[in-house]
Amino acid sequence: MRDVSIIGIGITKFGELWDKSLRQLGLETGLSAISDAGIKSKDIDALYIGNMAAGSTLQQEHVSALMADYCGLTDNHIPATRVEAASASGGLALRQAYMAIAGGFIDIAVVGGAEKMTDVSDSESSYTVSMGSDEQWESKAGATFASLHAMMAQSHIDEYGTTREEMSAVSSKNHYHASMNPMAQFPFKVSNEAVSNSGIVSSPLRMLDCAPNSDGAAAVVLCASDKASKYTKKAIKIIGSGQASDTLSLHHRKYLNRMPAIRIAAKRAFKSCGKKPNDLDVIEIHDNFTISEIIALEEIGIFKRGKAGEKILKGETTIGGKIPVNTSGGLKARGHAPGATGIAQIVEIVQQLRGEAGDRQVKNAKIGMVENHGGTAATAVVHILEAE
Amino acid sequence: MSVPRFWRELDSRYNLIGSYCKLTKKYHFPRRTFDPDIGRESIGTMKDYQFKGTGEVINSTVVHQAQTGYEMFGPYCMAIIELDEGPRITSQIVDCDPKTVKPGMKVKAVFRKLGEDSESGILHYGTKFILSEIPQVEEEDESLQNIEL
Repeated sequence: MRDVSIIGIGITKFGELWDKSLRQLGLETGLSAISDAGIKSKDIDALYIGNMAAGSTLQQEHVSALMADYCGLTDNHIPATRVEAASASGGLALRQAYMAIAGGFIDIAVVGGAEKMTDVSDSESSYTVSMGSDEQWESKAGATFASLHAMMAQSHIDEYGTTREEMSAVSSKNHYHASMNPMAQFPFKVSNEAVSNSGIVSSPLRMLDCAPNSDGAAAVVLCASDKASKYTKKAIKIIGSGQASDTLSLHHRKYLNRMPAIRIAAKRAFKSCGKKPNDLDVIEIHDNFTISEIIALEEIGIFKRGKAGEKILKGETTIGGKIPVNTSGGLKARGHAPGATGIAQIVEIVQQLRGEAGDRQVKNAKIGMVENHGGTAATAVVHILEAE
Repeated sequence: MSVPRFWRELDSRYNLIGSYCKLTKKYHFPRRTFDPDIGRESIGTMKDYQFKGTGEVINSTVVHQAQTGYEMFGPYCMAIIELDEGPRITSQIVDCDPKTVKPGMKVKAVFRKLGEDSESGILHYGTKFILSEIPQVEEEDESLQNIEL
């Protein structure tokens, strides 16, 4: 197996990008990732696209060929593959490219994630997001995506005494980080009180516990590590990769307040590089709801079960704290464009490890983790990155 | 949803029909071809089973931002219910103040309208749950509610 490095990154601002189409967003980030890497289009061996919902939101499938075409790659007839695993589509697309290069099949791949969630109404985009859970036996029965996470939150509260204030701290911390990220959808601070007093979406979750449904795109260029020096001096190595699945429905799991797929994916990623949770300097977590960040940090092993909330409230995951989490602003404040999210998380960690994160730079960040999951964590993908 | 897609699940949706594995003595909902615990060994030994429709609330939430098609119910109670035979199911709990639903409460299945394809499309019926321990809403009120839908 060969080592694989990230040699280029690109990202758009996330938000309600009414003046931009899916193909424009994809092209924009693809181009910036390619110029950042210093490669030419003829160097690209394959294209991987993370996209969850173009079929439901744009009536456009076959997004792989669409992106290859509009990125001007059809002359070379490069292999283009779309990967879908709900909100984990981006992370999973990255893993496919990683495996193809590690396995020696190709040398250079561009991995892009793109999503348009605001070309449909709020109710349609919310239904689209809930397609990541079991449509037949959850969504059709009246369960919104938020309501499933609300039951996870309630179960966490009932078992561990997690408080309203602790959940609010996740959101306000992520907004604080986003205030330093020019690409964030909501680059401003929000107080704990504002989160705690925002409207109820599904009890106990409130509006500011929930990530938005955004438009956005992000791309990275992956290269076999032994060839990376040809193009760049700032390659970031992917040292660990893990993936796991779980029951599609939340109700088929033993514990409502756990996300076992994240634990297993993280375990596999740690095992593949011999690292431990306390080796990490910075983490991007899939905080589609505040409770998800709390549970995910417990599953990865950063904090003991039931303890993440109080540690977050104490500021241990804020920039300057013990282990900064979601320095980009996370899904909550950077924005959540399902297929793009997993790649946007990677872009953030690469910026941190390169030392290019500006005001939100974590000092001496050497090793970072990205946790990306789909549905109620029926798919989880975890990557560990290290500065070379 | 297309008619066949809904129609093929009708008995499960209307009558809570799932599977019983004679080897592991476990119940499953919805139907399964084999028991995941023992895999292919159980193929052919699984039997259809109609659940009694009684169970207990494991966890619940009051949904204020309703699911598409459920706007007229909001705020409504969604719950994960453990049927007495073991399997869990996600369902709406109706005919009660949604805030009063708590873990451990006993519930029973009722036949209700789930939604409709469009104004002229087919109606979807299925199973919802009510609390066992509060008096049921009178028939007249129920029919009025149905007319409103």
